[in-house]
Amino acid sequence: MKTMINVALPKGRLGEKVYRYFKNAGYECPSIEETNRKLIFENPDKGVRYFWVKPSDVPIYVERGAADIGVAGKDILLEYEPDVYELLDLNMGKCRMAVAAKKDFRDSKGTTLRVATKFPNIAGNFYAEKCRDIDIIKLNGSIEIAPILELSDVIVDIVETGTTLKENDLEVVETIVPISARLIANKSGYKFKNEEILNIRKSLEEQVRLQG
Amino acid sequence: MINDDKIIKNDERAIFALRALYRQYGYSQFKMSRFEEYDLYVKNKDFLVSDEVITFTDRSGKLMALKPDVTLSIIKNTVDRQGEKQKLYYNENVYRVAKGTHSFKEIMQAGLECVGDLHSYDIAEVVLLAVKSLALINNKYVLDISHMGLIAAMLDDSGLSHDGKASAHACLHQKNAHELRDICTKEEIAPEKTDKLCALIENSGNIVAVLSSIAPLLTTEDEKTAFAEFASLCKIIEISGFSKAVRVDFSVGNDMKYYSGVVFKGYIEGIPASILSGGQYDRLLKKMGRKSNAIGFALYLDLLERMETTEESYDIDTVLIHEADADTVLLAQAAEKLSEKGSVLISSNVPEQVKWRRLMKFTDGRIETLENND
Repeated sequence: MKTMINVALPKGRLGEKVYRYFKNAGYECPSIEETNRKLIFENPDKGVRYFWVKPSDVPIYVERGAADIGVAGKDILLEYEPDVYELLDLNMGKCRMAVAAKKDFRDSKGTTLRVATKFPNIAGNFYAEKCRDIDIIKLNGSIEIAPILELSDVIVDIVETGTTLKENDLEVVETIVPISARLIANKSGYKFKNEEILNIRKSLEEQVRLQG
Repeated sequence: MINDDKIIKNDERAIFALRALYRQYGYSQFKMSRFEEYDLYVKNKDFLVSDEVITFTDRSGKLMALKPDVTLSIIKNTVDRQGEKQKLYYNENVYRVAKGTHSFKEIMQAGLECVGDLHSYDIAEVVLLAVKSLALINNKYVLDISHMGLIAAMLDDSGLSHDGKASAHACLHQKNAHELRDICTKEEIAPEKTDKLCALIENSGNIVAVLSSIAPLLTTEDEKTAFAEFASLCKIIEISGFSKAVRVDFSVGNDMKYYSGVVFKGYIEGIPASILSGGQYDRLLKKMGRKSNAIGFALYLDLLERMETTEESYDIDTVLIHEADADTVLLAQAAEKLSEKGSVLISSNVPEQVKWRRLMKFTDGRIETLENND
């Protein structure tokens, strides 16, 4: 029997794009393209089993071995620091993690900086390197509103086009790190399904190259 | 001796087998107290897997900790004298914060430490004992080995800044070649030096194949010395017949502040994380003001719960219910007879939380079957 590789895909537009890469790389699974509410799809002939999970849960499924490989944004990997291998930059879902503030903002450095973010670990590490005293305000959404309502001085968030920032009179102060989707692998699974995982990695790398 | 798979759990069986193995190679057991002075851990915080420790003040006012680690306690109790060495094994519970949570977890850990004036044979013996430990637990295992001295020398030769080296080492740990290249590009490292570092990620697996790919890349004396040490250890592994189960993988890495030589991690199929972790940590001893060498490893036996076992479909084979005024002697005889065929639970009513194979009733010395789930 063919070794099955369990693949955790992030639900949503990015996940669909990622699946197309897998499909073009020769790991298609026709049932995934049918409209239904199923969450797990497999193609035993190709040795793959896909499942859709919440994007931020992908590293958990992979780290704990429920998935052998998965695709997660670098933002999620930096925030949760899972103990996994990061095998490939898929060069998609590109954006950046940045510090943004109101257009007239000036960091006086004389007071504790109030930082609103969905990513407390990334924000904490970034300012710790600068030895800057900060007060992290963990929010779960609509981060842009925080500086407008004086809840925070700055925000640390994902910036794609910058349109939302512009429309709310905010601007990027500093880029922390570029973000894109990464192929990750469970460390133990990588040992025992090595050939299969390396083949998938190689085929996906070719897709990344073809997409330029 | 009890040797029933249904009774002995994976971790219990492993402890017996490992104890016998370590004794065979001259290791003696080290039994330690659950508590240790907190000061020991504060001084060597980075050596710990997790830096959160359960502390309490004892009756004399000393700040104590529930052991988060075994190695530091063992080292503290070994002598530091030329020509002497101590070979100790242990099987202890440690207390750490489980990753991603805020709660402490009790972890059963077994392992060994070889501390003192060590010969290269001692190093090889510990690595081979790590392989044999995994083999005792399951036949589907892998031991990944790497050499911190070689990695450190190659990072030194790369020309990366101090921070750059730390980031590059993190990339090696994650097999993240794309970001390693980005770091080198940002620091304007020559392409051949970048390729040389990336070779540490691109080459993993078979001992002979990896070593022959890496050898031609080495230029500095430090690199060559570390490589020669690593290659001679790999030779012993090959001669001992473990070249299929042991693989070279430079993503295995521990803190360079403490580890100087060989480092290794063991995996068992079906367990999602490494079950064994170890290495040569001479630098920790140096930091503690000692001249000795040291190598050791720990096995995280709590992870064996995840290993596939044949799950029992029933809690009990037979539940025998009886009237409140049943004759005790006759009931004891019936229980004895039924127990020859499997487990029996005698109860005056039908238990709610138990899943049984057969439900039987005892009336006037006779047994009748009420339900049979076979």
